[in-house]
Amino acid sequence: MPILVNDRPVFVPDDARVSLLDLLRDRLELFGTKKGCNQGACGACTVLLDGERVLSCLTLAAQCEGRAVVTVEGLAADGALHPLQQAFIDHDGFQCGYCTPGQICSAIGMAAEAARGMPSVVTADLEATDILLDRDELRERMSGNLCRCGAHNGIIDAIGEVFRGPESAGGAPR
Amino acid sequence: MSLLDTVRDAAGRLTGHPEPGAVPDPLIGKPGAIGRSLPRIDGPRKVRGAARFAAEVPADGLLYAAVAYSAIARGRIAFLDTTAAERAPGVVLVMDHRNAPRLKPPALFMTKPQAAGASDLPIMQDDSIHWNGEAVAVVLAHTQEQAEHAAALVRATYEEAPATLDFEAAKRRSRHPDSVMGEKPVLEQGDAERALADAPVSVDLIFRTPRHSHAAIEPHAVTAWWEDGALVLHDATQVLNGVRWTLADMFGIAEDRVRVLSPFVGGGFGGKGSLWSHQVLAAAAAKLAGRPVRLNLSREGVFRLAGGRTPTEQRVALGAREDGTLLSLIHTGCVAMTPHNNCPEQFTFPARHLYRADAIRLEQSVADMDMLANTFMRAPGESVGTFALECALDELAEKLSLDPIELRRRLEPERDPTSGHEFSSRHLLRCFEMGAERFGWHRRAPTPGTRREGEWQIGLGVATATYPYQRMPGGAARIVLNRDGRAVVSMASHEMGMGTATAQSQAAADRLGLPVEDVTFEYGDTSLPAGTIAGGSSQTASIAAAVAAAAAVLATELLKLAGNDSPLAGLGVDEVEMRDGGIGAREQPDRHERYDSILRRAGRDELVADAKAPPPRELKRWSMHSFGAQFCEVRVSAVTGEVRVSRFLGAFDCGRILNPRTAASQFRGGIIMGLGLALTEETQFDPRSGRIMNPSLAEYHVPVHMDVPPIEVVWTEQPDPRAPLGARGIGEIGITGVGAAVANAVYNATGRRIRDLPITPDKLL
Amino acid sequence: MNPVSYVRAADAGAAVAMGAAAGTRYLGGGTNLVDLMRENVEAPSSLVDVCGLSAAIEDTPEGGLLIGGAARNSALAGHPAVRARFPLLSRAILAGASGQIRNMATVGGNILQRTRCTYFYDDAARCNKRAPGAGCDAIDGFNRIHAILGASSACVATHPSDMCVALAALDAEVMLSGPEGERRLPFEAVHRLPDGQPDRDTTLLPGELITAVRLPPLAAARRSAYRKVRDRASYAFALVSLAAAVELDAAGRLAEVRLALGGVAHKPWRARAAEAVLRGQVPDEIRLKEAAAAELAQASPLRDNGFKLVMVERLIVAVLSDLVAGNAGAAA
Repeated sequence: MPILVNDRPVFVPDDARVSLLDLLRDRLELFGTKKGCNQGACGACTVLLDGERVLSCLTLAAQCEGRAVVTVEGLAADGALHPLQQAFIDHDGFQCGYCTPGQICSAIGMAAEAARGMPSVVTADLEATDILLDRDELRERMSGNLCRCGAHNGIIDAIGEVFRGPESAGGAPR
Repeated sequence: MSLLDTVRDAAGRLTGHPEPGAVPDPLIGKPGAIGRSLPRIDGPRKVRGAARFAAEVPADGLLYAAVAYSAIARGRIAFLDTTAAERAPGVVLVMDHRNAPRLKPPALFMTKPQAAGASDLPIMQDDSIHWNGEAVAVVLAHTQEQAEHAAALVRATYEEAPATLDFEAAKRRSRHPDSVMGEKPVLEQGDAERALADAPVSVDLIFRTPRHSHAAIEPHAVTAWWEDGALVLHDATQVLNGVRWTLADMFGIAEDRVRVLSPFVGGGFGGKGSLWSHQVLAAAAAKLAGRPVRLNLSREGVFRLAGGRTPTEQRVALGAREDGTLLSLIHTGCVAMTPHNNCPEQFTFPARHLYRADAIRLEQSVADMDMLANTFMRAPGESVGTFALECALDELAEKLSLDPIELRRRLEPERDPTSGHEFSSRHLLRCFEMGAERFGWHRRAPTPGTRREGEWQIGLGVATATYPYQRMPGGAARIVLNRDGRAVVSMASHEMGMGTATAQSQAAADRLGLPVEDVTFEYGDTSLPAGTIAGGSSQTASIAAAVAAAAAVLATELLKLAGNDSPLAGLGVDEVEMRDGGIGAREQPDRHERYDSILRRAGRDELVADAKAPPPRELKRWSMHSFGAQFCEVRVSAVTGEVRVSRFLGAFDCGRILNPRTAASQFRGGIIMGLGLALTEETQFDPRSGRIMNPSLAEYHVPVHMDVPPIEVVWTEQPDPRAPLGARGIGEIGITGVGAAVANAVYNATGRRIRDLPITPDKLL
Repeated sequence: MNPVSYVRAADAGAAVAMGAAAGTRYLGGGTNLVDLMRENVEAPSSLVDVCGLSAAIEDTPEGGLLIGGAARNSALAGHPAVRARFPLLSRAILAGASGQIRNMATVGGNILQRTRCTYFYDDAARCNKRAPGAGCDAIDGFNRIHAILGASSACVATHPSDMCVALAALDAEVMLSGPEGERRLPFEAVHRLPDGQPDRDTTLLPGELITAVRLPPLAAARRSAYRKVRDRASYAFALVSLAAAVELDAAGRLAEVRLALGGVAHKPWRARAAEAVLRGQVPDEIRLKEAAAAELAQASPLRDNGFKLVMVERLIVAVLSDLVAGNAGAAA
C-alpha cells in the first residue's frame, strides 16, 4: 500500500532507514518540511500523520504505509493560504521562515488535540473537556517547536487569532 | 544656512557628499514608504514552505555528503581506514587529506578586504588535527542514509599531542591579542586602580559567561557543483562576497569563476558569517567527484564544524563618589581563543562609550586553546560585556542606595568618554524614561526579596543596552529603471529573517520617489553588485549608502537623457530631486518629468546605474551607537529555583525605524536570545577531551515558547543625522543588556546575585 | 545508521516470534530508538514494528486499568479514566517531551527509553552502558544531570522518563511476552540499577516485549501530583521530578502515601524510605524533611549534581504540603 502524501500516493522506499522527512525532502522534493536537528528536538519537521502532529525526522517512512501525510504544501489549495498561514504573515510570526512550516503544521494538530479535550501540563482542571486556549496553553502546547529568530510572540498571536478568535491576539503590543 | 552650506547640502542630496554623514540624509523626515509596517514581501513563500534554502536546490546527479569527525583535539591521524566506507552500499567516494584537492588555507577574516575565513588553518590538507571534531573524511553517496552509514565506518587512529583544553589553565598563559576588532587591547585613562582604591564606594566583581551556540534552526548547508572549472555554491551564508573571494583564493581561480547564491538563510546570528570548513569540503568533494554535492550538516556537525561564542571571565570594578559619579571604571578579562582565528569577543566595548568616569581602564586578554575557532555571535562582546558591566552598576547602585536608573542618569556623558567624539545621536536616558513609565518601574521594591505570590518571588531589573552603528566598506548597488517606470534595485546582500527585501524596497522606493509596489529588491547572489557582510548590524546602512550612490548616478544619467525637450532642461543634478515617479526641480513643484516619460522619449527600454558606497568615514568623525533600556520582571520559585520571565520591555534608540513590524520582531528576537543567554544556554566543552558534549538541540537549551512572555518594544524614533536613512542597525542591540536585566531582576526577587551565567535553578537553591 | 530491515507485527505472538532473533529490536514510536540508531548508539539489523499491537486502555474488574503497550503517550494522558483516577500519570506524561513526541511515543517504548547521558550519546566518549568495559567519562565529566542514588562506579546515568516515575508510584505491573512465554513484573522490578552491568537498563529477557501495563486501583491517586524541575519551562528532561499521591485519615495522618522520584537514579526511583517515615504520620514540615533525609541517606552526589539533594527535599516538602492542603497538583 502506498503512503498518501498530500493526497498523492507515494511508494514506500526500499531502504527502511529512510525517515518520513527524508522521503519528503530527498525523494519527493517537498522541501517545505524542514530538517532542523534530525534529533526530535526542534519540531521543524512536524507534519500531520492521519491528522495528528508528529515529527517526521523520527518517523520511518515504512511506518507510514497506508497512512495519510499532510505537509505544509498540502494545507491549502494552489495559490491560496490556510487562514493560519495568513495569520502568521499578519502577526509577523516568523523571521527567517525555517521553523515556520513546522510551527504551522504543529499548531493545526495542536488545535485539533485541544478541540478533542486533550489537556496540557498547564491545564488547571485535568478533567475539564472544554479547553480554553489561553496564552499559557498555547505557549506550552507549542513548546515542541523551537524558533531561534524569536518570533514567539507573533506565532502565539497568530495561532490565538485563528483558533480562539481575535480577542486573544493581545499580549504582544505593537 | 550660508550659500556654501546650501550648495553642499544640495550636493549631499544626490551626488553623495565627500564626507558621509556631514549632511543629514534628505529622506529623514520625508513621508513615504519608510516607517510603514508593511508585511514581509517573502511572507507568502515562507509560510507555504516555498522559500528554497541551500539544501533544497535540486541538481541532476546529486550526491549526498556525510562527515567523519576527529575524536581527539590535537595530534595527527596515525592511520585512516576508509576501505569499509568505500565498499559500503551507494558510496561514490571518500575524501580525506590524502586525496582532497590541494588548496591554499583560507584567508582569515579581517586580514584582507574580502577574507572570510573563520580560521586560517588548512582544510583537510594533511594528517594534523587541531580540534576535537575536525573533519577527517567526507563520504559521498547516492543517498543521505548511505553517506551517513559509510561515514560511521571510517576508522581513524591518532597520535595524540598535548593539548590546551582547560580554560582555567589556559588563562594563566593568556596574552593580549594584536587588536580587538581594530582597537588596542588595553585602554587607560588616568590611574583607575588607584582611583578605585581611594573611592569611598566601590564594587569589584568577577563575572563568567559560558560558550554559546547560535543554534539557527537551519543547519549549515551547501549544494555545490562545478561547471567548466567554475564553482556554483548554494550556501547558507551571511557573507556572500567573502565566501566567494575566499573560495576563489583557496582553489586558485579567478573570483568571477565562483558564484555563491543564498537567497534565504534559516537564521544566522553570526554563525553563518564566515567561511567554515564545510563549504570548502563540499566544493572540494564536488570537484573530486565531478558531480553536484549536497552537504547538509547534521546538528552534531554544526557544533563540531561551526564555532560559537567563546567563554569569558570578566572583572568589573567601579569606584564612586557618594553621589554616584564614577572615579574609576575598570573592565578587564579574558576569553578563550585560538592562535588560528581572531575573534576576541570585545566585551569591553560597551564600557568605552556608555558612562562618564574620571579614570578608565579596559583590558582584554585571550587564552589560546586547542578548539574549533570561536566566532561572532549576535552582539559579540556587547552581549556578554553588558552582562558584567550592567550587573556591576546594579550592585553599585544598591551600595549607594540609588535607583539604578538614577545612577545611570548621573553617569551620562556629554561626549564619548574614550574617543572624545561627539555622539551622532544619543537618547539613552529617554529610553529609560519611556521604558520605566510603560513598564511600571515605580512598582519595583527597593529591598530585594520582599515581593512574593505563594512560592514565587517577584523582582524587577533593568539594564542598559548598547550596540555600535556600523557600515561596511566595499558595497555596491545597481538600479535598473524600466521603461514602465519601475525599478529593480540589486546588491548581493542577505536575508536571514531581518526582512531585508521588505525594508530595502521601502527605502529604495523613497530614495527613487516611487511607490513601494514599483520597486523590486534583488539580493542573495554574487552575480549582483558586491554586498557586504550581514553582520555587525551593518547591512541596512551598507545597502542604503550604496543605493543612495546609485540613485545619484541614475539622476545624472536621467538628466542627460531628458535633454532639452524636458521640463527639467537646464537643471543640474544638484538642483533636482527624485519624487513622484520621476525627477523634479527642488522647490519647484511643477517642474517634473516622470521616469517612463524620459525613457520613452529617449527610446530606451531601461536605464542602468551602478555605484559603490562611499567609505564609512562617518565612523571616524562621530561616536555612533545605538542605545536601549531593558526592563525585566521575573518570578523565581522559592522551592525549586526556577526562574520565569513574566514580563519584558525593551526601549530602544536606534535612529529611524524603517519598518515597525519587522523591526519589532528583530528587537524581540534579540531579547529572546538574551533570555537564553541569561537562563538556559551553555555549550559544554569537556576540558579533558576538548569535545563539545551537548551537540544537540535537546541538551543545548534555547528558549521555547513557554519561556517567552509577551515582550513589549518601544523606540525613541530619533533619526541619526549621520547615518544613511537616519537609521542605525537593530539586529543585535536586542540581546545586549538582557542578561543583566534578568540577573538584576533575579536579585531583586531573591536577594541572590548570580554572576555566572546561565542562571539555572541549581544556582538559586 | 546501519542498514536495517523492517516488518510490522500483526500481533504479539508474531512480534515475539520475530523479536527473538539476534539483532532485532521492537520499534514503537521511534522517538528514542530511531534517534539512537542515527547516532550509531543502537545498531539493530532488523526492526519489528509493534505499533499495531494492542493500544487499548480498559478498566479492569478490580477498578484499575489495563493499558496496551502500543497505546500512545498522548492517548494515555488524555484518557478520561486516567485523568479522573490517576491524574499524576496524566500530568507526568504531559510534563514530558512535546505534543508531537507524545503523539508518537508508545507506553512500551517510553518505559524502555534510554538515558540522556551525553557521554552515552557520543561514540567518542567512554561509556560502559554503550560499550561495556570501556569506562565512564561522565563520573568525572559534566554530571549535573546524573544520578545521586543507586549509581555505581561503572555508571551514573539516569532514566529520563516522566511517565515511569508515576508508574513507579502507582505500583504498576508490566505484562511481558517473550520466547519463554508470558510473565508479569512489578514495575519496580523492570528497571535495574547499573551495578557492574550498566549496559542492561532493565531486567527484560532477550526478545521480551511489553504488551501491557496494569494499574491497580489506588484511592490515593485521586489526590496526587507530578512536579518536574527542568532547565527551561517546557520541552526539557527533568533535573528532578516527583510523583506523589496521598490519602489522609480523619486525623490528618497519611493513611497512604506514594512517592517516586525522577532524574535521580538509573531507574525511576520509588522513595520507599521516605514513605516509611511518613506513613501514619501527620506530614508537617519537620516530618517531611525527615522523610527526605531518610530517602537521601544513601545519596552520593557527584561534582555538579549536589543540588539535586536540596531539590529532592524541597520538592517533597512543597508537593506534599500542597497535596495535604488540598491544592490542585498542577505543575508549576
